[in-house]
Amino acid sequence: MTLEELEEIARREQDSQRSIPQSVNVCVAAGCLSCQSDAVKDALTKEVTNRGLEHQCQVKGVGCLGLCSEGPLVSVSNGPLYQHVSSGDAGAILDSLEGDPVQHLLCPTDTPFFQRQKKIVLENSGIIDPERIEEYIAQDGYRALVTALTEMTPQQVIFEITTSGLRGRGGAGYPTGLKWSTVAKAIGKQKFVVCNADEGDPGAFMDRSVLESDPHRVLEGMLIAAYAVGASEGFLYVRAEYPLAIKRLKTAIRQAERLGLLGANISGTGFNFHIELRLGAGAFVCGEETALIASIEGKRGTPRPRPPYPAMEGLLGQPTLINNVETFANVPPILRNGGAWYAQIGTEKSKGTKVFALAGRVRNTGLVEVPMGISLREMVFEIGGGIPDGKKFKAVQTGGPSGGCLPSETLDMPVEYESLARVGSIMGSGGMIVMDETSCMVDVAKYFMEFCMTESCGKCIPCRVGTYQMHRILHAITDLSATDQDLKMLEELCDLVKHASLCGLGQSAPNPVLSTLKFFLAEYRAHVREHICPAGVCSQDVLEKVEA
Amino acid sequence: MAAQGSKLAPPSADKRWKLVDATMRKAGGNAHGLIETLHTVQEAFGFLDEEALRYVALSLRVPLSRAYGVATFYHFFTLKPGGRHTCVICLGTACYIKGAQHLLDSMRQTLNIAPGETTEDGEVSLLTARCLGSCGLAPAVVYDQEVAGKVDVTSLRTHLEKWARHDS
Repeated sequence: MTLEELEEIARREQDSQRSIPQSVNVCVAAGCLSCQSDAVKDALTKEVTNRGLEHQCQVKGVGCLGLCSEGPLVSVSNGPLYQHVSSGDAGAILDSLEGDPVQHLLCPTDTPFFQRQKKIVLENSGIIDPERIEEYIAQDGYRALVTALTEMTPQQVIFEITTSGLRGRGGAGYPTGLKWSTVAKAIGKQKFVVCNADEGDPGAFMDRSVLESDPHRVLEGMLIAAYAVGASEGFLYVRAEYPLAIKRLKTAIRQAERLGLLGANISGTGFNFHIELRLGAGAFVCGEETALIASIEGKRGTPRPRPPYPAMEGLLGQPTLINNVETFANVPPILRNGGAWYAQIGTEKSKGTKVFALAGRVRNTGLVEVPMGISLREMVFEIGGGIPDGKKFKAVQTGGPSGGCLPSETLDMPVEYESLARVGSIMGSGGMIVMDETSCMVDVAKYFMEFCMTESCGKCIPCRVGTYQMHRILHAITDLSATDQDLKMLEELCDLVKHASLCGLGQSAPNPVLSTLKFFLAEYRAHVREHICPAGVCSQDVLEKVEA
Repeated sequence: MAAQGSKLAPPSADKRWKLVDATMRKAGGNAHGLIETLHTVQEAFGFLDEEALRYVALSLRVPLSRAYGVATFYHFFTLKPGGRHTCVICLGTACYIKGAQHLLDSMRQTLNIAPGETTEDGEVSLLTARCLGSCGLAPAVVYDQEVAGKVDVTSLRTHLEKWARHDS
């Protein structure tokens, strides 16, 4: 596939799209699908056929339109966005194509939720049909790959990525360019590129949405990475709990292979790269890179000490590049527009944009992509639309079980890797859960500890036993039967587990406790000393209920 | 111990074993294919029983302990058959904040089983999920593969009653 051939496909696709003046796009990502958006799409298609409008209007399934809480969402090309659409609205929507929009379905898009976003990773989400490679190509897809293969050296590719300042979007924020150049320099019989799509944080669905809405973007990112580091085999490790993402990835891989964009001798350059899907099987710890490698090798997902890092000795003992879905999804636009372009966006140390899954006690829940450095206040109160039902904001949780709960005092802080770490949380993969006064912070800490306790792989004792003991104490606190002594013990355990655990799971497991102890100590004290739960969540019968 | 290159006979003439064999063949009969193979077994048979684990372990030349270790390590694999219907309650953070625990408590009471168990009549399995990624629709529940959003105790009970009616 040469650049000319790629442009030819893009041109043909654009022409065929232009030949049908109207397009009604129905969101068929998992959020809207679970509100039966497929039935809406069928109803619209049927209505178009009934009216004989096939040449004037096409009905298309597209990826995530963002505002998941108002689904099913339908967008009309160059027209309005409709929310809460049902099959019965098909006729009204088609009627409106020639006239005024359907008032009762209108979803206002002049709100900060839509206006404050900057879409790079999600630029095609909600616009293209994720199951057609031609549509991706028509949006300049695979152009970065073919350009890199034919006009750039691997060093030049790595240079652009380094210049962009892109950092790992899986949560830890390791500089991507540095990782790539380490793997490129490493010596091995064979090198591997692995995409970590084992999105395990509860409350996070960014990667799923990217895979469902624009799978080719991730494949292209992996291909470019493989060229840059000299890999010939790739694995995409995706959660088995994401059947739709798996289905679309399979389709995407098949399509790319058919066009010669994946496989042997890509673009006639002699560059070979194959991608295989590997299904996760529900283990949070497999998000840790050495555990993920063990899992791809068909073993229990237990981590091992580093070094050696996977960049030197990874899959089958060979140099392995592991990046997260969103990191790979950023690569094609960076190469298309140059690293310097990307570096203009964001803050000094955190470049570009970040996709967040905004959920919890907030008006607008869904998927948003914002420039780094935006404040938490803007996220919660402008984009998120504030707290519903007249309740008061209490905390925002970032980073899932490895992150922390941040109170209103921190709301004006910019969202970037360093500032979040300073207050005891992490950027994480992008889950952002808003809590109001009805949530008890001790209960939330217990919730995350229960998660870490269950997900601990059991290999190292600080994590296996420590999380259990911390959970026991948190349970006693929420049962209103703990003492000051217990609270002290909890703090000591936090310190121990944080510093003595083998991998990131254990090292970060105390974060939800530490951050709530730091910002909501009064709530802990009320449970312990006065035996009351200020939020009214915990009571003494909790224990009985669990054991009943 | 199987000799190199010889092919083991599947435990039964059940055609589903062909799918399992195909997955193992694709992995080159290599131990790396263990998880993939277990996925295929579970997809075909619904769960992993001892017979299946023994067959897969022997075919891929891994100790049974390793096959069992993998099967029990990952939450996705189950060693017990499920009920006719499954009800999965999402306990992701967003769902938890919006009261998923109440949903679970109420189901435990109604069905009189703990998560991971099946009712005595084999009708309903109650399961929990770490996160379905349908956080915009919290709290979410999956009734037999179908995700339902913004679920409350009433709609949960209604769904159970619907299942019960259909079966009577």
